[in-house]
Amino acid sequence: MSNRRSRPKKIRVLPGFKLTLGFTLFYLGLIVLIPLAAVFWKTSTLTWPQFWQTITMPTAVASYKLTFGASFFAALVNVVFGLIVAWVLVRYEFFGKKIVDALVDLPFALPTAVAGITLAALYSDHGWVGQMLAPLGIKVANTQIGVFIALTFIGLPFIVRTVQPILEDLDPELEEAASSLGANRWQIFCRVILPMLAPALLTGFALAFARALGEYGSVIFIAGNIPMKTQITPVIIMGELDMFDYAKATAIAVVMLVVSFALLLGINVLQWWTNRHNTTNLA
Amino acid sequence: MTPAATTFHLPHHVVHRHTTSEPPAVRRLLIGVALVFLSLFLFLPLVFVFVQAFAKGIGFYFETLRDPNALSAIKLTLTAAAIAVPLNCVFGVCAAWAIAKFDFPGKNVLLTLIDLPFSVSPVISGLIYVLVFGAQGWLGLYLSADNPKFPWLQNFLVEHDFKIIFAVPGIVLATIFVTFPFVARELIPLMHAQGRSEEEAARVLGASGWQTFWRVTLPNIKWGLLYGVILCNARAMGEFGAVSVVSGKIRGQTNTIPLHIEALYDDYNFTGAFAVASLLAFLALVTLGLKTWVEHKNAQLNEPEKLP
Repeated sequence: MSNRRSRPKKIRVLPGFKLTLGFTLFYLGLIVLIPLAAVFWKTSTLTWPQFWQTITMPTAVASYKLTFGASFFAALVNVVFGLIVAWVLVRYEFFGKKIVDALVDLPFALPTAVAGITLAALYSDHGWVGQMLAPLGIKVANTQIGVFIALTFIGLPFIVRTVQPILEDLDPELEEAASSLGANRWQIFCRVILPMLAPALLTGFALAFARALGEYGSVIFIAGNIPMKTQITPVIIMGELDMFDYAKATAIAVVMLVVSFALLLGINVLQWWTNRHNTTNLA
Repeated sequence: MTPAATTFHLPHHVVHRHTTSEPPAVRRLLIGVALVFLSLFLFLPLVFVFVQAFAKGIGFYFETLRDPNALSAIKLTLTAAAIAVPLNCVFGVCAAWAIAKFDFPGKNVLLTLIDLPFSVSPVISGLIYVLVFGAQGWLGLYLSADNPKFPWLQNFLVEHDFKIIFAVPGIVLATIFVTFPFVARELIPLMHAQGRSEEEAARVLGASGWQTFWRVTLPNIKWGLLYGVILCNARAMGEFGAVSVVSGKIRGQTNTIPLHIEALYDDYNFTGAFAVASLLAFLALVTLGLKTWVEHKNAQLNEPEKLP
């Protein structure tokens, strides 16, 4: 036997590996990677001080604060209400539950422009909700609260859909054991259920937060886009594009991309942690 | 100890009542909070779209939809979806076949790269194509270069007024980008869970590669594939941010349905904007309905396997 054949080559029974992987890489490169690389190419036409000056201009900094702050609080509110919605959908029976369950995905399915004009009209001074809030002195349209409302709408399904499957798979024996050891319902929730849901809640929070950071369509109508007040970062990019200042637009886009990619990495680690956490529970 | 003592249990409903549920008052409160929150954020906006759409009567509604600019927007949206969805569908099946049925290094990196478009802001998704194909981008620089690499190509492109940005091809490209991962990310976990034993059996029994795919793989993944296509289509028809960067918003030419809604809204024609928006809201409802139906079908398909 020749030496070359002593290391057996792995035989693939199924065909098409080279073809499908080749097409996958080609299409990925053409549609996603090459165009994304253009961002970094365009940024390289700026000098370092120019780049720094662009990304730290006052309107941009104000937009970062608004985008991060509103996204953070919207995701936080969704953690609380998303958990309640998931809990109710998994554990209780009530009239119309199936329809409610299906409608939770509405923010995924409803185009952002439709959500945008609807929320703007609902929360305007003459809108159904806006005119009820006006006597209380709360103004939503064209304020930062409006941005928060739109981002809350967008983020809801992320929390519900990450928590729901984990809640469904929770072993009731653990709760029964805690109960037989004398824990009351609230203690069981805080000490047994919540720790098991924590990775999923955190993942859902991160997903909703990441989505909110880049959101555009549902926010711009209700926000009014007042410079230094209600302009989110994508609106700043859009403004530079309208003035055909592509280098500036790209510089701010780089800031957003770096944050998004860091979040994506974090979410992947979190999901890996969630999966490991669950398999440990099952074992 | 007698066997009877070791197998003693509390009656099941007694255990259940106290350990895995809350008092009725708490239940009602939680259901109430959930429903009020969902009504305010989901149901109310949905109802509002349809109420506003018909605020000036059914005549005005159909007049708005029959407007030439509206018809052109509907046609453009359908065209973009008709190109983007099948392309991403083919990509999704190829990617899932390579990733789920074979082992190779760098798989996780590839998975992350496929998900990238989801973590990119829609505005940036449009911007990247402007940078490649815009007047100041790679294509623009090439077209205006004095000594280009292939002069015949430059001549050809200039003569035929080859445009991607502020034209239909740019809209199609941006749509492909934002809907890129949908089918792949539905199919990869599904095909991975199904393993490769059925396909291997088909091959050993003499089926060709294509026969294996059409007769074994496709029937197994059809509901997952349909699910991915539904989600992909909904996003393709509703995309706003990315398309608004590359479209140039020329009414009657490069406006899609979402851009036409924005144009009407900016004209203070609110009823008109909501009339057109009701089309997309209806599409969203159909999407949710189909999604629920497919999930139901998928559960049915997987049930017999779980039973034994």
